[in-house]
Amino acid sequence: MTQDMVLPAPREAAAGEPLLEVSGLTKYFPVKGGFPIRRTIGHVQAVDGIDLTVRVGESFGLVGESGCGKSTTGRLITRLLEPTDGTISYRGQDISHASRRELAPIRSEIQMIFQDPYSSLNPRQTVGKIISGPMEINRIEPEGGREKRVRELLEIVGLNPEHYNRFPHEFSGGQRQRIGVARALALEPKLIVADEPVSALDVSIQAQVVNLLQEVQRELDIAFLFIAHDLAVVRHFSQRVAVMYLGKIIEVGDREAIYTRPRHPYTHALLSAVPEVSLTDEPGAAGRERIRLAGDVPSPISPPSGCRFRTRCWKAQDKCAAEEPPLIQISGNREGHLTACHFPEDPTTEARDEDIILDPALAALEEE
Amino acid sequence: MTTLTKDAGTPAPADAGAFLSVRDLHVSFKTEDGVVRAVDGLSFDLARGKTLGIVGESGSGKSVTNLTILGLHNPQFTTVEGEILLDGQELITARESELEKVRGNKAAMIFQDPLTALSPYYTVGRQIAEPFMKHRGASKRAAWDRAVEMLAKVGIPNPKERAKDYPHQFSGGMRQRAMIAMALVCDPDLLIADEPTTALDVTVQAQILDLLKDLQQEFGSGIIFITHDLGVIADMADDIMVMYAGSAVERGTTDEVLRAPQHPYTWGLLNSMPRLDSDLAMPLTPIPGAPPSLLTPPSGCRFHPRCTFQDRVGGNRCVTERPLLGPDRASACHLTADQKHTIFIEEIKPRLG
Repeated sequence: MTQDMVLPAPREAAAGEPLLEVSGLTKYFPVKGGFPIRRTIGHVQAVDGIDLTVRVGESFGLVGESGCGKSTTGRLITRLLEPTDGTISYRGQDISHASRRELAPIRSEIQMIFQDPYSSLNPRQTVGKIISGPMEINRIEPEGGREKRVRELLEIVGLNPEHYNRFPHEFSGGQRQRIGVARALALEPKLIVADEPVSALDVSIQAQVVNLLQEVQRELDIAFLFIAHDLAVVRHFSQRVAVMYLGKIIEVGDREAIYTRPRHPYTHALLSAVPEVSLTDEPGAAGRERIRLAGDVPSPISPPSGCRFRTRCWKAQDKCAAEEPPLIQISGNREGHLTACHFPEDPTTEARDEDIILDPALAALEEE
Repeated sequence: MTTLTKDAGTPAPADAGAFLSVRDLHVSFKTEDGVVRAVDGLSFDLARGKTLGIVGESGSGKSVTNLTILGLHNPQFTTVEGEILLDGQELITARESELEKVRGNKAAMIFQDPLTALSPYYTVGRQIAEPFMKHRGASKRAAWDRAVEMLAKVGIPNPKERAKDYPHQFSGGMRQRAMIAMALVCDPDLLIADEPTTALDVTVQAQILDLLKDLQQEFGSGIIFITHDLGVIADMADDIMVMYAGSAVERGTTDEVLRAPQHPYTWGLLNSMPRLDSDLAMPLTPIPGAPPSLLTPPSGCRFHPRCTFQDRVGGNRCVTERPLLGPDRASACHLTADQKHTIFIEEIKPRLG
């Protein structure tokens, strides 16, 4: 065996150490057009130079609206997509362009849970076959045989081990997602990329799956990259959170920092847009700020220059168009809380003296 | 009938403002596997200018109810019983030609997915103008001007030009705005919004919800707002009706239902939903099991197989007897009023963090 075929066995990393480090990660998808000769006429800049670190055993949340590149990031990290640029290093080894063979020993340590439990399970395979698939591919023979291991896994995820021979259509959505979790656990991974794992499920079922993932994360000490658009679910699940907008991370920090001391205007807008059941009727409790942006997210084919949020930002100035703000620990931020903004907001989510209404129709109607 | 007591035994006398009353509605579909009772004994009223929020999971019958109000079900496979009165007009027995005069005029609907609800073949402006021409007898020119005016009202920039665009040239949020413009073009008394923001991003959702609220002030329509998201409903509705497996299990004002809920299913929903201000040390409490199949719904209380409070009701009543839902503030549950109050205060509320 030559050196470049198999990477040396990675050393065990201790808790708190970085498990996955991503820097400058970029993915451009070509846009083809023209007739009769189709050529590349532009690029969708899905992910454009992001840095993030997932530590051993931690749950790292990635939030953003559709089209911000959060799912692409997940797929790049699991190497389901080839990055255009940047590096992904897993336990100190660069895997950004590793070949299939080089990846083999690492693949089993990075697993994925998909959004749609209906399309992510092969309808023609039994549950047993689906869950033992990863073991077969990686030629892993667990003690006592694969079937025994599958039954164990089914029990871990709260399904009846007797259902080994059933097909996916015999299960409900929540149960199917449990099968997906069991499959991801089959190889005892160190990192699970969960791409919107609960958003296709009903409210009462969502909590079941969130609790299951939380148990798995704590008891098996697996690091999670938790990708979701639901801010409340991400807050519940992740110790650290990154907010993405149009292919960039615009703010990252621990849960506390992002949810109660946000600095980036977009984070403020995002948090204020979440509709909430208010259960306290205590007088004096300050309400939340109200920010209503105008329009939709711009196209990632030709994103705005400088700061990408500037076209929808109420604080934008000339500097924002000319100069891209770096993702740094701006003054007033605590350790580990990075914000990419030239003119950051105050670190509070409490109601302002005046609501920020950028939507012209809303502003017109509310003026009357 | 012995156990299947209809839950609207005493229809509330329609108060002066109620212009939509649904009484004891039953909707069932014939399928290959048997009869699906999608809606099973549902009654409610809606007053002009008010918003009724209907919340429930998939398969609870919330969408079917509203398709039935507008007569959008397939009559070949659907059996509808009961009474739907819109401004004194009975809609269930109404002929198709009469319904056509109601739809888009007196009552309009906003659907979840604007890309499939809008026709890809016609310009946005023409689609908005069409109901105005049909119901108001406006000329093509006048209807087009009205369409442009409506687009401006819902916040489409440069409406004169954008009215000539096709739906695919609009973004998701703009399409939903166009849908709202189309629904409001004839100034309807009743607007049914079926998960209108579920497909949208959170910042766009906030814009659309606020827009709907502001437009309601101006147009004075009564809105039935269907959603599975309690946060959205808290924001939008005056009154809430919680549906489970084809019937309403709890109703009341928004404050009553969300701050002093009485039904174990409503407790379950609140307990299983993380909030931005919830206590992180508190794990979510999911509702065990899964929603039942409506082909063979559970006996007695539909919720009893998933209910953790069954044992507090004596004599197996949850399994044998279907609880009633009274008018006004009510919940369909065999627990006594005292029990509901104590359980919520002592066991449910602390877990809400």
